[in-house]
Formats: sequence, structure tokens, C-alpha cells
Amino acid sequence: MIGAVEVGLIYGVMALGVYLTFRVLNFPDLTVDGSFTTGAATAAVAIIAGWNPVLATLAGFVTGFLAGTVTGLLHTKGKIDGLLAGILTMIALWSINLRIMDGANVPLLRRDTAFTPLRDAGILGTWGGVAVLALAVVLLGLVVVWFLTTDLGLSIRATGDNGPMISSFGVSTDFTKTLTLALSNGFVGMCGALIAQYQGFADISMGIGLILVGLASVILGQAILGQRRLLLAVFAVIVGAVLYRLIIFAALRVGLDPNDMKAITALLVVIALLVPRWKAVGGRVGRRSTATSVAATSAKEA
Amino acid sequence: MLTVTDVSKTFFPGTVNERTALDRLNLTMAEGDFVTVIGSNGAGKSTLLNAVSGRLIADSGSIEIDGRNVNRMPDYRRAKYVGRVFQDPLAGTAPNLTIEENLSLAFLRGKRRGLGPGLSKKRRGTFVEQLAMLELGLEDRLTAKVGLLSGGQRQALSLLMAGFTQPRIMLLDEHTAALDPQRAELVTTITERIVHEGGLTTLMVTHNMEQAIRLGNRLIMMHEGRIVYEADDQKKASLTVQDLLKEFANIKGATLSDKAFLG
Repeated sequence: MIGAVEVGLIYGVMALGVYLTFRVLNFPDLTVDGSFTTGAATAAVAIIAGWNPVLATLAGFVTGFLAGTVTGLLHTKGKIDGLLAGILTMIALWSINLRIMDGANVPLLRRDTAFTPLRDAGILGTWGGVAVLALAVVLLGLVVVWFLTTDLGLSIRATGDNGPMISSFGVSTDFTKTLTLALSNGFVGMCGALIAQYQGFADISMGIGLILVGLASVILGQAILGQRRLLLAVFAVIVGAVLYRLIIFAALRVGLDPNDMKAITALLVVIALLVPRWKAVGGRVGRRSTATSVAATSAKEA
Repeated sequence: MLTVTDVSKTFFPGTVNERTALDRLNLTMAEGDFVTVIGSNGAGKSTLLNAVSGRLIADSGSIEIDGRNVNRMPDYRRAKYVGRVFQDPLAGTAPNLTIEENLSLAFLRGKRRGLGPGLSKKRRGTFVEQLAMLELGLEDRLTAKVGLLSGGQRQALSLLMAGFTQPRIMLLDEHTAALDPQRAELVTTITERIVHEGGLTTLMVTHNMEQAIRLGNRLIMMHEGRIVYEADDQKKASLTVQDLLKEFANIKGATLSDKAFLG
């Protein structure tokens, strides 16, 4: 249980990245399936080479950032559809990740990782560990909130909201899109780097289906906490990431097979996407008088 | 201020759908000119505005703003000089951002956007002052999302956002056409005020001949990608909708007889 919360918090870093593309930019970016592993592979290889674990984690951010840049350039300069651009990078990264690791996995046995100090102090796996990780992720979330309220951040939010409008005020949406994709995948890569260190190895298949985990976290968290205010929306994403892990934890507890988890994740995303819509439809069919108010609220939220 | 020289634009060249939207068009506007543009559908009015704003790149000819050739400049770089309001009231603002955030985006027209705070006390002060000019009470709703505003309010806000940084050229593309008559009247009044107070050089496309006559100091009529009739300040003062309709009929007739002659 505590382990699930810890892992959820670490995955919160990835969910923040997915939030940037999926919600802020309105761009479903499949690059993350590849860039997560890229970050993990980079950090693992760097740690094996004797790098400081913190530096290795940042290296994971950098390679993820580069992967996102490629998707961004394919989409903006190459005019390739967003989904396809992400798929292209993701598939290419599979080979690149194998190259980076020079194999299908890199074990980090008995290596110093970013989590070694926590483990040595005996707080990993306790509520103390949860507190430390929560603090770190919330700080990162606050950085995201701050960034999105700067002039640059505002122009990124406007790019996702009304691209032609913001370009009529002098912003190159090619630039803002590419930058956001890069930052998003930087976060995802960094998360991959952290997960590799947490679990003690990097593996070629660790990123498969990750986009759904990210979407599940974003949609679930925001369905529960809402997304009216920026601070709340960002915070909801982190909560969503933890919640997702707890649901998976519970699913395993009731005896479902780990192999079923991908289907569970997909189902979770479908439910989280459909429930708000059903609510609106139900209101219209059920009580006529409230139908308009429900429709109005959902319109406002949209 | 704005010099459009021999600008042509053809859509779908070399296909059965080939259509000449601009045909060696020439137009010169002096600083402070307010030119209204009328013409039938497909006359090239919107294409002219798109060519000036850089959303479309002309096939040939040159466009100069303030003596600077902007032919190859993409729209987001021309935005430094060109403010624009579209027909669709939803097009000029970002619905999920607040009124103050939208204004902040507009406030930095053509400027570099860094990591400074998007909203500050000083900026808010400016926004309140500007919004008060609209007399719509929006200055009390700075943190409301723009998506909650009515079409008329959004169009008024778009106008303010396009104009309050005083771009060299203001382009208005049938910006009152999608509003009900009352709202259209309000937005027209606000247009006059913003253009007048900013002394903005303005090019306004409209389908409303009465409005075309009432606003601005020059009027041009377009047909098949060219300017076929022009009224200056003096001529415009005595111009009536009837006159314009007559001109319109003449021009259509002329084109017809041309074709008959050639055919």
C-alpha cells in the first residue's frame, strides 16, 4: 500500500508531463511510451558509468526533452499529424533505447541511486518516504503552475486553447508546441529515470502503454478534483497518479493477474471519459427542469 | 502606411477549381486612413485581409507596411504591426483563459515572451482602465473565463485586444456580421471609439453598405479580385446606399459585357 503510494507519487512526474501536452496543449502525445524508457535507459547507463544519480536523473530529462523536440518538429515543421508524429518517434525510440542500453535491460544492483539516501535512512517504504516524495512532486507541480502563469506559459496555454488567435498576437505556435512537447517528454524521461532507480533496473518494455497511465492519472484526478483553477488542475494530476496506483494495487489484491493491468488501465480511462458525459445525458433524460442547468454547467466546464 | 502593389492570389491553380481571389490589386493607405471594403461574395475581400495579415502569402506583388516589405513574413511576425478581428466572435479570444489573461496575451503583441509573470498589479491597472472604456462592466470580471461571455462581449473584447497596443494596421473582417443587430451596433460604436482614440490605420470589410458609408474616411468596392470603385472623403460624404447599389449593378454589367465581347 505505502509502496503503491510512493510509486504513484513518482509517476506523478510523468503525469505532469502528460498534463502539459494532453490538457494544456490539447495534443495526445504518444511519444511518452518511448521517451519514458529513453529517460530510464539514459539514467541507468549513466549510473553504471559512475555518474552522480542526480545528474543521471537530469540526463534522463534531457534525452526525454530531445525526444519531445523531435515529435514537435515532425508535427510543426513536417506538418505530420500529431498522433502519427508521436507514433513515429515512439517506434524509432525503441531501437534507440536498445542502443543506449546495449541490450534489453540494465540492472542497477548495488549501485548508488537517487533513492539510496532514503533507503539507507530507512524511510523508504514508510509514511516518511511518502512525505519526502510528496513534497518533491508537489514542489515540481508548483514549478509547473508558476511556469504556466508566466508570459511564456500563458502563450503556451493560449496555443492549446486558440492557436490562430495567439499567432495573431505574434507568437509562433510552432515554437510553443515544440517547446511544450519537449518539456513534457523531459518530465516523462525524468520520471523514467526515477522509476528505473526505484525498481533497480531499466527495461526496454517499461514504457509500453504508459500514455494510458498518464491519461488515466490526468483524467481521473481532474474528474474528481476538477480543473477550473490552474493550481487545482495541476494538483489533481498528482492525486490522479497516486489514485491510479492504488486502483491497480487493489485490482491485484482482489486476485487479478498483473497481465490484466493494461486492460484495466484502458477500461479506467474509458470510464473516466464516459462518466461525465453520462451524467449530462442522464440529467437531460431524467429531470427536465434540471437538464438545462446540467448542460450549462458542463458547457462551462468544457 | 500600407502599400499593396500588384498583389495576386490564385487558389487551386491549374485545377478545375482554380479561382483568382486577388488580381493585381493596388491599394495605398495613409496613416490614420479608415477604409471600408465592400463587394460581392468571392470578390477577394477576405483574401486581401489575409494577404495583409500574412495568413496567406500572395503569389506575386508586394505588400509594404510602414515602408517595410513584409511579403515573406509569416503571420506571427507581422502581428507586431497588424491587429486583427475576425467575423467569428470566438476566434479572437482564448475561451479557457480569463479576461485578464487574454488581455495580457494581447498586451505583449509582437514582443518576446519570457518567464516574467503574465499578470501584475501594473498590468491589471491598465486592463481595468481599458475595459472600462467598453462600458460593459467587464472590468469587474477580470478573473472570469472568456468562454462565459456572450458573443457580443467577446467581440468587444477581441476589438480591445486587437487595438489597445496600437498596431500600425488594424484589420476588421466582417466583425459585426455574426452578431444580432443590437450587439452589432454596440460593437460598431466600440470600433469607432477604438479606431478614433488610437488613431489606427484601419481596413474594414463589411457586408453592410450603410455601415460602410457611415464609418471611415474612404470606401472601396471590390469585384473579382480588383478594386472597381473608390470613394474618397468628399465623395463618401454624399454617398447613399442607392448610389452603391447602382455602382454595383454597373460593375456587374460591365463585367458581363466584357465577357460577352470576348466570348
